[in-house]
Amino acid sequence: MKEIVVISGKGGTGKTSLTASFAVLGGKNLVVGDCDVDADDMHLLLKPDYNVKENFKSGLYAEIIQDKCTACGKCFEVCRFNAVTIENGVYRIDELNCEGCGYCAEVCPEKAIPMIPAAVGSVFKSNIKTGATMIHARLKPGADNSGKLVAKVKQDANAAAVEMGLEMILIDGSPGIGCPVVSSLTGADYVILVTEPTPSGIHDLKRVYELVKKFKIRAGLIINKNDLNSALTEELKKYAESENINVLSLLPYNEDFTKAITAGITAAEFTESEISGFVKDAWVKAKIDIYKEK
Amino acid sequence: MKIAVASGKGGTGKTTLSINLSSYLAENKIFKSLILADLDVEEPNSGLFINGKTVETVEKYKFIPEWNKEKCTNCGLCERVCNFNSVLQFGKTIMILPELCHSCYACSELCPVDALPMKPQRMGEMKLVDASTYTFIESRLDIGQEQAVPLIAQTIEYIDEYSQSSDDMVIIDSPPGTSCPVIEVAKNSDFIILVTEPTPFGLHDLNLAVETMREIGKEFAVVINRWGIGNEDVIKYCEDNKIKIIAKLPNMRKIAEIYSEGRLIYNDVPGFKAELSKVADFLVELKRSSN
Repeated sequence: MKEIVVISGKGGTGKTSLTASFAVLGGKNLVVGDCDVDADDMHLLLKPDYNVKENFKSGLYAEIIQDKCTACGKCFEVCRFNAVTIENGVYRIDELNCEGCGYCAEVCPEKAIPMIPAAVGSVFKSNIKTGATMIHARLKPGADNSGKLVAKVKQDANAAAVEMGLEMILIDGSPGIGCPVVSSLTGADYVILVTEPTPSGIHDLKRVYELVKKFKIRAGLIINKNDLNSALTEELKKYAESENINVLSLLPYNEDFTKAITAGITAAEFTESEISGFVKDAWVKAKIDIYKEK
Repeated sequence: MKIAVASGKGGTGKTTLSINLSSYLAENKIFKSLILADLDVEEPNSGLFINGKTVETVEKYKFIPEWNKEKCTNCGLCERVCNFNSVLQFGKTIMILPELCHSCYACSELCPVDALPMKPQRMGEMKLVDASTYTFIESRLDIGQEQAVPLIAQTIEYIDEYSQSSDDMVIIDSPPGTSCPVIEVAKNSDFIILVTEPTPFGLHDLNLAVETMREIGKEFAVVINRWGIGNEDVIKYCEDNKIKIIAKLPNMRKIAEIYSEGRLIYNDVPGFKAELSKVADFLVELKRSSN
């Protein structure tokens, strides 16, 4: 089984657009996972049917039972997150600030603070327009624990692949370098990095690749909008060479990518445009690199 | 007054708006003093566009417990109270997993024999930069650190101490998404500008951001970037949901090229400057009505 994760560090480089294209090109031979749980956009192009829904809970939050509370103030004293509020002598928990550590519950002499499982979001198992299975999620607005939700999506995608006897999982990862990305990368076999020749594109790529290196995962690079700044594209190529990253594709700056999204199709399906040929070529190169012996 | 520039979707132009707006406001002396803070600590980018002098660099620490083997009686309380599986007991050994620790102090303070004192651990770095017409503050998470929130929280505390005058305007380049990092910024800000683009992705993620801001009870308005690409659904969405659109920054290849050169845009693109001035006017009005 090969688990392929597409990430970019910086947002807006074309990561989701390309992942959705690869999902279409991979057809029924793979399971698709959307781990960009804060900004889950792949469903807009892959048209899932939301066949199975599961509510996902992870972590806890505190709640004060007012009937039992004697307003001793111990919870307020120990909370490091300003989650205990006092108004007219009434103690309450600000759920938004509560980290779920349970310190207040532990020290409450009246046992007036139960810890309650927190809803993180929903996980869906869908059939998409290619006939493949996709696992995707919706984070509850403002919820903590997006990393746990990412882990859940990956776990379910793996289970689906095993059940169907499939050899590949394709994951749209999250931006940044924090816990959702760490969760996205955990257990991955190959990373497709998507970037653009801008100062922020390069900066963010280098940071996220430092993280990828810690996981010792092989990576390929796609430089999107490569003709925007040829000097920086050269710099990116040199960087890739120095880090032993295979450059899979140089994509042009072409507003057809946005046109495809606006029409609700992937770049791969936009056959009137040059971009469909470009993404097909990128996917072939990626597959060759994925199955290459180390 | 603190204004967070945020977005559900990444790459919609948060940094573009933040740096151009800050420079424009400072250059035209629209507020008495201006601070730009980059709190997208996982991938801070604003600094790439600023040629300033670093005045101060501060290492930032979070506190995690350290096991004192000699004092420990292996009572097991620490493992039991930790809700994050960060403190584990294996026989007579206590193991701490720092990346899972939320610094709640429960294990440390409840330990009956003080065998888990809290010790500082570096999580990143904050720097203060003199950008000549304004002040720039950036925080940067160390690679391998998973939690952005403690660093964001500490930097906001610093900003609040640094800008004690109510005349100050603080523009915050925020993390993307709708989860804890952006919540930490938004809940500590007075107003949120949501940057979006007129595409199905942009609109979907704008909707998530709007739901999030409503959930935490924050006021917000929208700036549309790359106006001219995609479709006009975002206009209808904002009208239907009674959301103010402050400005529409134009879509031009030239803007993307200038950005790729690490330069400011408004001096070279009049259409961009005209829309930027609308954002400035909006902030002036917002400030006036808050006083």
